[in-house]
Amino acid sequence: MKPRLFVSRDAGALALGADEVERAIIAAERRRGLDIEIVRTGSRGLFWLEPMIEIATAEGRIAYGPVQAGDVEALFDAGLLDGGAHPLRLGRPEDIPFLKRQTRLTFARCGIVDRLSLDDYRAHGGYRGLERAIALGPAAIIEEIVTSGLRGRGGAGFPTGIKWRTTAQAEAPQKYIVCNADEGDSGTFADRMIMEGDPFVLIEGMTIAGIAAGATKGYVYIRSEYPHAIEILGRAIAIAQRAGCLGARVLASPYAFDLEIRVGAGAYVCGEETALLESLEGKRGMVRAKPPLPAHKGLFGRPTVVNNVISLASVPVILAEGAAAYRDLGLGRSRGTMPIQLAGNLRHRGLFEAAFGLTLGELVDDIGGGTATLRPVRAVQVGGPLGAYFPRALFDTQFDYEAFAAKNGLIGHGGVVVFDDTVDMARQARFAMEFCAIESCGKCTPCRIGSTRGVEVIDRVIAGDRRPETLALLTELCETMRLGSLCALGGFVPYPVISALTHFPEDFGIRRGAAAA
Amino acid sequence: MPGFEPWSAERGGAIIAAHKGQEGATLPILHALQDAFGHVPRAAIPLIAEALNLSRAEVHGVVSFYHDFRDAAPGAHVLKLCRAEACQAMGADALSDAAREQLSIDWGETTPDGSVTLEPVFCLGLCACAPAAMLDGKVFGGLDRARLDGLLKRVGQR
Ligand SMILES: Cc1cc2nc3c(=O)[nH]c(=O)nc-3n(C[C@H](O)[C@H](O)[C@H](O)COP(=O)(O)O)c2cc1C
Ligand code: SF4
Repeated sequence: MKPRLFVSRDAGALALGADEVERAIIAAERRRGLDIEIVRTGSRGLFWLEPMIEIATAEGRIAYGPVQAGDVEALFDAGLLDGGAHPLRLGRPEDIPFLKRQTRLTFARCGIVDRLSLDDYRAHGGYRGLERAIALGPAAIIEEIVTSGLRGRGGAGFPTGIKWRTTAQAEAPQKYIVCNADEGDSGTFADRMIMEGDPFVLIEGMTIAGIAAGATKGYVYIRSEYPHAIEILGRAIAIAQRAGCLGARVLASPYAFDLEIRVGAGAYVCGEETALLESLEGKRGMVRAKPPLPAHKGLFGRPTVVNNVISLASVPVILAEGAAAYRDLGLGRSRGTMPIQLAGNLRHRGLFEAAFGLTLGELVDDIGGGTATLRPVRAVQVGGPLGAYFPRALFDTQFDYEAFAAKNGLIGHGGVVVFDDTVDMARQARFAMEFCAIESCGKCTPCRIGSTRGVEVIDRVIAGDRRPETLALLTELCETMRLGSLCALGGFVPYPVISALTHFPEDFGIRRGAAAA
Repeated sequence: MPGFEPWSAERGGAIIAAHKGQEGATLPILHALQDAFGHVPRAAIPLIAEALNLSRAEVHGVVSFYHDFRDAAPGAHVLKLCRAEACQAMGADALSDAAREQLSIDWGETTPDGSVTLEPVFCLGLCACAPAAMLDGKVFGGLDRARLDGLLKRVGQR
């Protein structure tokens, strides 16, 4: 048998030189007269070790990383194809603590399988969920998802099964499944990784959602910043269509379901589900007032399920393994696993899927290994640009929707961005307001005007105008935005601002203990 | 880097016709026009309006809403630097300042010789490989001053 060499083609790996590594491997193969099978995978999610390559051996796969093109000749000399010793040899990837400590359900195949091979997908458990779903029928599928406790991974944490039931009960000649792949939060990349590394799992999840809700058509709205995900998912959809996994009779069942990709155009607010629907309809991405809910009147006025990529990609394993197996993980009302994304200034950056309940401190210090700059961790922003900044004092907070809410924070889409002690929190607060001003859809005054005013007020604070009135004005402005905004862009931007002010008052020129709460 | 075509009403019309049949065709049309011409030419707006049975103002409103769509063709190369939090945490602000200074242009501008357009981007999903950039659609992570200089060299600056 030909040696099988697995090469990560995730955009993160490409950004670190994976293309050049692959070219060097092919050149070395030719020069040495070898015949190697190169398997293109997604990423295992250990980005400080990317570009990572793996060779199949009798003892399982042996990984090497981070590999640069210039290392390739030496790796071949060291017996790469037999898993030979070399300073970049990492051993079996499953034994690397960062992977060993994870519970990979949604990401079970990512980085392992040939991402565009349906055979490989099936060989690793793919389409077992859909087969069971077809046997169960719509009502029982919805019961399974409700029982699993799965909540929306896009940020709001709404129970997925309830959303599907509402759409299923709505009568209409046409319904839609819309996958929200707008992933605009800084610090998040789980959607991108799954679309590039295991695209069939998203296709399978959307198909199950379609059967459950009675929808025959799905759209995946992918942000334009993700050209690799757009390409790979597009190719996977074509493969699934040719194989009868999508189309008029899905897996030869009576159910029809088909999919199309639509590309966003660089507007953060289009991640908000109603703005996304407007954008899909070809309009400006203006947020709609609710009600009506998308489940009743969504895309083109039809009942529509809008779900995040990870919510949908978690559905196949729930159906395949049963709702109980999923529900038994986690804590409180946060059931199952969450793909947490460790980003920013960390030594061990990457995707960490685990049952809910780890503390922020475990994630940052223990799993993340502290900062990449080797300086003390000062602040951690969880949940994207609308998430709160947490100081070390809150590191005992458990990763759980309610626990973060209780500390005036949110877990959002699971992004964790770490800053060292060189961060200036007044600047971070200013950026939150600036970002809101750039991305506001403009529908409500508190968000549209308030964010611009917010930048000005914080500028005054930074310039040294630190009178109590200036800070009171900022606090009051945040309160107005929180209460007077239609969606969470204007409504949640006070989280990063107020948390910065509360936990890091010294950066605003206030003595600790004197801060406005 | 593939060069962009000069605007031609005939080509523009053909692109619009190829996409107008689908549900919610506006964004697919705008993307296809920008892929061909590097921007959404003003002259295309009445053609889109007519094809989709919309007013010109409506089409213009859509084009101007989205950050992606340009109203003028970019330089020979487009460099997008991520300005979002995960990249900030790894020193993106200083890199952005250096890039703007070296190119002597601000965000959204093109160097006088037409070689490069500098655009901000809020997250490329490369937050575990920060700071990140995209040059003509190709991604780069783990940027520092030396790697940024390498990118600027590629586009013929320095
Ligand atoms: C400003 C804003 C941006 C959002 N961006 C995203 C996004 O990029 N991806 C996402 O899945 N949800 C995003 N959401 C949440 C969606 O509105 C919605 O709750 C989600 O798509 C529902 O899917 P889920 O229940 O599977 O999470 C955003 C919300 C707001 C207010
Ligand atoms: S809060 Fe901001 S983004 Fe949300 S609807 Fe209002 S103006 Fe639009």
